[in-house]
Amino acid sequence: MGTIDPSGMTATNGPSVQQSDDAHGYYTPGEPLVDPVAPTGPISQRWTTRKFDNRLVNPANRRKMSVIIVGTGLAGGAAAATMGEAGYQVKSFCYQDSPRRAHSIAAQGGINAAKNYKEDGDSVHRLFYDTVKGGDYRSRESNVYRLAEVSANIIDQCVAQGVPFAREYGGLLDNRSFGGVQVSRTFYARGQTGQQLLIGAYQALERQVAAGTVEMFTRHEMLEVIVVDGTARGIIARDLVTGEIETHLADVVVLATGGYGNVFYLSTNAMGSNVTAAWRAHRKGAYMANPCYTQIHPTCIPVSGEHQSKLTLMSESLRNDGRIWVPKKKEDCQKDPRDIPEEDRDYYLERIYPSFGNLVPRDIASRQAKNMCDEGRGVGPMVGDFRRGVYLDFSDAIARLGKDGIEEKYDNLFDMYARITGENPYETPMRIYPAVHYVMGGLWVDYHLQSSIPGLFVTGEANFSDHGANRLGASALMQGLADGYFVLPNTIREYLADAPFSKIDESHPAVVEAQQDVQQRIDRFLSINGTRSADSYHKELGHIMWEYCGMERSEDGLRKAIDMIRELKADFWTNLKVLGTADSLNQSLEKAGRVIDFIELGELMCIDALNRRESCGGHFRAESQTEDGEALRHDDEFAYVAAWEFGGEGGQPVLHKEDLIYTAIEMKQRSYK
Amino acid sequence: MNLTLNIWRQPNADAPGAMHAYAVEGISEDMSFLEMLDVLNEQLNAQGEEPIAFDHDCREGICGTCSLMINGQAHGPEVTTTCQLHMRSFTDGDSITIEPWRAGAFPVVKDLVVDRGAFDRIIQSGGYISANTGSAPEANSVPAPRDKAMRAFNVATCIGCGACVAACPNGSASLFMGAKITHLGELPQGQPERYTRVVDMVAQHDHEGFGGCTNIGECASACPKEIPLDVISQLNKDLRTALKQGK
Repeated sequence: MGTIDPSGMTATNGPSVQQSDDAHGYYTPGEPLVDPVAPTGPISQRWTTRKFDNRLVNPANRRKMSVIIVGTGLAGGAAAATMGEAGYQVKSFCYQDSPRRAHSIAAQGGINAAKNYKEDGDSVHRLFYDTVKGGDYRSRESNVYRLAEVSANIIDQCVAQGVPFAREYGGLLDNRSFGGVQVSRTFYARGQTGQQLLIGAYQALERQVAAGTVEMFTRHEMLEVIVVDGTARGIIARDLVTGEIETHLADVVVLATGGYGNVFYLSTNAMGSNVTAAWRAHRKGAYMANPCYTQIHPTCIPVSGEHQSKLTLMSESLRNDGRIWVPKKKEDCQKDPRDIPEEDRDYYLERIYPSFGNLVPRDIASRQAKNMCDEGRGVGPMVGDFRRGVYLDFSDAIARLGKDGIEEKYDNLFDMYARITGENPYETPMRIYPAVHYVMGGLWVDYHLQSSIPGLFVTGEANFSDHGANRLGASALMQGLADGYFVLPNTIREYLADAPFSKIDESHPAVVEAQQDVQQRIDRFLSINGTRSADSYHKELGHIMWEYCGMERSEDGLRKAIDMIRELKADFWTNLKVLGTADSLNQSLEKAGRVIDFIELGELMCIDALNRRESCGGHFRAESQTEDGEALRHDDEFAYVAAWEFGGEGGQPVLHKEDLIYTAIEMKQRSYK
Repeated sequence: MNLTLNIWRQPNADAPGAMHAYAVEGISEDMSFLEMLDVLNEQLNAQGEEPIAFDHDCREGICGTCSLMINGQAHGPEVTTTCQLHMRSFTDGDSITIEPWRAGAFPVVKDLVVDRGAFDRIIQSGGYISANTGSAPEANSVPAPRDKAMRAFNVATCIGCGACVAACPNGSASLFMGAKITHLGELPQGQPERYTRVVDMVAQHDHEGFGGCTNIGECASACPKEIPLDVISQLNKDLRTALKQGK
């Protein structure tokens, strides 16, 4: 490691030239894309310089400027609170009944920050390096460096708000280490770090509501972005209780609407997490970047049957003491695991990766679990044609540490497992299976977090910018809060400094058109009057995505998936059944709108995955692996961001490539052998 | 298993509601309670009857969105949230009564959905520490004693679901409020606003129409996060101190 050229002028790689064209016929090649506000100079000075160069907005003028922020998770809640404190007029929207319920709340493990409290060699540069490498060299170095730089401020801010982080006996903050790095830089609040950080942001937000700087709209769903003369000027939102279609106009719009992992139907996301805000923006001109980059977490509680609505994560710390295995013989799969003798067990990770064993990276652990189940050696209940589960066995660890020792380390996880499965993991091995839990892809943004629609900014998981093709543990919370508290407030002012913008009102043709589009869509959902629920389409889409665009993707499979998704979409519009009315709380209607947007996104994800004939991070293409079956990147062809432009209804998406050029880091093939 | 469900249905806040009986069949014991309701809703949709509205989101027991009085108990018979309650807690042939949270301060929106906006307004009245972004000192410049930080954390795990209010015969939100008062009051950062906070929050609580606490303790036993009853003692203690100080 080390800075290659401190002046930040010398590139360590050239532009990539794609040789393959697997997605030929599915897309239209577009102009190359360049971040128009990309900073230059020494990497450690880029953000400092930019903060100074960005114009300021006089406090007296801020009061006249309006900001819409959609989403109240870490990225949206933090941004709304901070913009409110600064004196802007903020309108904050969430579909939940309270901003405190956003799904950031479910994050367990922790939040990274380069504080170096352990004096173990951590630094901003090391956090930057680990994050770029962890992302398999598919993220922008300037953005990641900035993230590492502001990480320490986040901890200060959260402590000041009263976030009860874990502490040592002397009263100072404790740290733990987390997957894939050699320093202890993760701050945590037991297994509920996301909850505590979100409550901190929520309280700061509610304080601004009380102060009158933020107007809060709960149980409101954004259904369209209003674009006037090429610029985002507001949103159309539906009041989910009264059904009223509302128009909200502003000087600038921020989407902090989270990830789209629910495109897979089953994921660790909340039931309501959706892509609608981002997808509506995409259809209005915002590019969608690297949509196929999905992170699949290896240790989740498996699916128990067709009724399953949601998957629950179990902290990956369990792999420190548990041994993962499946039966060697298919006929043993239905047996009580305790009756299967040692010689009939296949500890496949220890067998295939003798040096890393059960602690291989997330993507490897996930993919091998799938392989075992595809071979017919999975365990647990039959789901579809296969048993989808592998054993995570603590019997050796219990023998070594005693039941008390295991209880001390993992008791809450063991309890959660027992509650959900009805099995006692102290007596019988746990069953685990991988599940979708985060997406690295999202709306394309520049260094200022502005999308390709001027005036539309995107923060947190909803944007694509910081994690490349794979996100490291404890980095999602860091990015959400970095964007919300420290990045967006310092970049959006450069945009707002051009105010006042032209006056518009609800009679503007673009506003009327947006309202009508939303109304017509709702009327259409209610008038099809077919036979299938929106949920049944969602479930079917999820099956397709999981099978063909999940842990392993292939050219043939992706082509097949695209055809299936197109058929599903056609069926949706002819056979959907939504009961109830548009002028009341109608959860089936809400669901229908979300599902059709997931269907359209699913097709784009498959096209993106088809085009990217390489394996990187969470994206594994069967055609691109080493002789040992490991992921193989092609930096000469694919070291770029794939930014997709909407090609019109029935048209082909347009691919714009943004080259990833590194000056402070050199690309290397990831190694864990 | 086959079950009979008696469910409160109410078209909107202004219309009268009533209990309706529904039969569901083939319910697996591995289903969560909400997945069982999903099955019922699919069934209703197929029959042309509007599905039942109920609040839910994370389905992993942390967001606090789900609710439901199940056979008269907030979140049902186990110490957990409704989304983590599984059907193995019931037996074949059971008749289950499902109602929305019962509290004057939580008006029904539709069917099993209630409006808990009063909780947000209690937080707005003072449930925070005033620390503008960027103004924070270095995190380790103010140590917080570990035992106090632990207590702060333990009560900060409140998910704001409202079970405490629904379980309380008085419809009091004292446990919810006490948890926040204790969380912020145990930390050094929470001291400057400690006594104005408690006065303002209690005033808002009363204004919202929540009832007074008479130390019954139903709240703590219904709490899925096991927030202890002593946070209400802390609330009262802080309130007394504040009033003595003339806050």
